[in-house]
Amino acid sequence: MWQPSDSITIPLGDWVQVFVRGWLVPNFRDFFRTIQWPVDQTLAGLDGVLNAMPMLAFAVILSAIAWGTAGRGLAVFTFIALTALDMIGVWSQTMTTLAMILTAVVFCALVGVPLGIAAARSDRFAAVLRPILDIMQTIPPFVYLVPIVMLFGVGMTPGIIATIIFALPPIVRLTNLGLRSVPENLVEAAYAFGATRSQVLWDVQIPLALRTIMAGLNQTLMLALSMAVIAALIGAGGLGLTVYTGLGRLDVGTATEGGIGIVLLAIILDRITQALGEEGRVRRSPSLLETLKGFIRPGGTRTGDDDLRRPAR
Amino acid sequence: MSEKLVAERLVKVFGDDPDRAVRLLEDGKSKADILTATGMTVGVSGVDFSVREGEIFVVMGLSGSGKSTLIRMINRLIEPSSGNIIIDGDSITDADEDALRTFRRDKLAMVFQHFALFPHRSVRENVEFGLKTRGVEPGKRRVRALEMLDQVGLGAWAEAAPSALSGGMQQRVGLARALAVDPEILLMDEPFSALDPLIRADMQGELVALQDKLKKTIVFITHDLNEALILGDRIAIMEEGHFVQVGTAEQIVSEPASDYVAAFTQDIDRGRVFTAGSVMVPPEALDLATDTSQTALERMERLGRDALYVQQDGRIAGAVRYRDLAAAARGNGADLRAQIITDYPTTAPDTHLYRMFRLCASGLPVAVLDRDGRLAGVVEPESVFNQLAARADAGAATADTRLQA
Ligand SMILES: Nc1ncnc2c1ncn2[C@@H]1O[C@H](COP(=O)(O)OP(=O)(O)OP(=O)(O)O)[C@@H](O)[C@H]1O
Ligand SMILES: [Mg+2]
Repeated sequence: MWQPSDSITIPLGDWVQVFVRGWLVPNFRDFFRTIQWPVDQTLAGLDGVLNAMPMLAFAVILSAIAWGTAGRGLAVFTFIALTALDMIGVWSQTMTTLAMILTAVVFCALVGVPLGIAAARSDRFAAVLRPILDIMQTIPPFVYLVPIVMLFGVGMTPGIIATIIFALPPIVRLTNLGLRSVPENLVEAAYAFGATRSQVLWDVQIPLALRTIMAGLNQTLMLALSMAVIAALIGAGGLGLTVYTGLGRLDVGTATEGGIGIVLLAIILDRITQALGEEGRVRRSPSLLETLKGFIRPGGTRTGDDDLRRPAR
Repeated sequence: MSEKLVAERLVKVFGDDPDRAVRLLEDGKSKADILTATGMTVGVSGVDFSVREGEIFVVMGLSGSGKSTLIRMINRLIEPSSGNIIIDGDSITDADEDALRTFRRDKLAMVFQHFALFPHRSVRENVEFGLKTRGVEPGKRRVRALEMLDQVGLGAWAEAAPSALSGGMQQRVGLARALAVDPEILLMDEPFSALDPLIRADMQGELVALQDKLKKTIVFITHDLNEALILGDRIAIMEEGHFVQVGTAEQIVSEPASDYVAAFTQDIDRGRVFTAGSVMVPPEALDLATDTSQTALERMERLGRDALYVQQDGRIAGAVRYRDLAAAARGNGADLRAQIITDYPTTAPDTHLYRMFRLCASGLPVAVLDRDGRLAGVVEPESVFNQLAARADAGAATADTRLQA
């Protein structure tokens, strides 16, 4: 039976190939290499500091941060988890992954928050941005790994760039949402007292949207962590590489070591950033037991989901 | 007193082609016509008014009559579709963004129906807000804010969160925030409507007391005529986007311009609207130098009064009653001077009738004294009660006309 492809075929693959290889790469390679520079520098700095720091010193510092933000329970958990990672033998990989993730998140915030602000201010810009974010969230990362390799080569930085693309949408969306759900009468009151647009933004809108923005940051962080293994495919190191190596050799043990590292890191960072988002509300200090229960109980101490629905106070 | 704030032909149309609606309005089309013809809502359909310096100008009307739209056009939170607003001779409607901000910072402050306090700031920081936008340094801001909070009786709450305060207290903060910038014009959009009746009465009293001290120019929105009558030096009644009557409380109540206005006035407390001055009659006083018991009795009979005041050299000497004089005449004691009662009730022309009930209880007419202590008129007790009772008649009358309609 006849079908359309018997008569006409669309060589989409060829077109893209020509577009990327024949035009984008030769013309813009230098440009992309320039963009890469700040990412390189940030990563090198973070990686250097984290890997140079004695394991115990780092564990104490991160536990202290956990205590300060989320309470005693998470602090104890953090210390135990980091010690376990050290004893498993994946300490330096953990630090590398952490440096990568933090770099990606810093750039997501630097790019995403201003984009979210712009989207909140202009309906037209928001309308243009939305489908782009939809595409970024639905397109499988494997699709853009190839052009990224062509433009940036292989290594840590291309891995981080792929991570940024993957993890950017939530912070943009939630910054936009948070700013838009600031009660109109408060914004109006600020203007009535002669505030400028930037005074309204910094004194009223951002503080009131902060909880929602932090929820976005939390989601961005989690997405960035989930890219760790995929980024390893194009030469990023760390725990992702451990998993990937284990996979390649069908070495279940190694893969598990890397996997546990990612999971523990995810839990710690998730709880800390969530608690940051709740800053300013009455904060109690949950015990270790409560914290652990929170990990397994759906909707336990986790409040990220309803942050999305409830407008910021 | 000079004109502080003037509005000329102010129009606001909500919709995609306001200019077209403005032309239709100029052709005399009504709000409803324009809505059916174009789908656009007319919020305010051509309002003129002027507010004098130091005056409380109250705009009163039912929900949806365009009061909020009107007051928000004064500081351009809502952009007028056409017309002009002039403050101290300068047009705010023509101002560019910078000039508008200067107007808002230096001349205007607003108090909102639902308070609109910033929940992430302390009470003090809320009060400081207007000063902060002006770039006043933190130390000075703080001093001023605390001073304002003391003025509204909330000095002890400076560091509390607004959400810890009751509604009445929150609105005091709203008022302190507005007063902190020492505005020339205070815009108040139903500031007390969200409060309980008792608290509302408190706040009204407090606003009156503050205004006696501060003498701001105030535009005050309300849907409560009693509130309008208590606060307003002049009152504008708004219906369907335009003013149907502008006048003093007494004018509005005694000569309502339409059934719409009359319908509002029937339930009001007339004792708080009318003053001694509005019901007093000429004193027709006797003069001790020329009058005798005989002429006094004749004059009372002619005027149909039970008592008259007696003056000597232009000052009140006291009052005499018909029945005392008549009794004395029968007993031959015809001296006018001997019958004078020196314990008589007095009041000022601007005393509200509800404060005069006790004065009327003496049975003597109340002497109304002007600022120099001279007898300006007298208030007969029954005229107070007649004025208060007019409510029932007016109410019944409007109810009748509405039934017939
Ligand atoms: N943003 C808007 N878009 C469209 N129509 C509006 C808008 N704001 C007000 N209106 C309409 O304009 C008219 C006047 O509204 P306004 O809010 O000024 O009334 P109000 O007298 O303040 O009433 P209330 O006592 O309920 O506050 C109403 O018909 C309202 O529906
Ligand atoms: Mg209103």
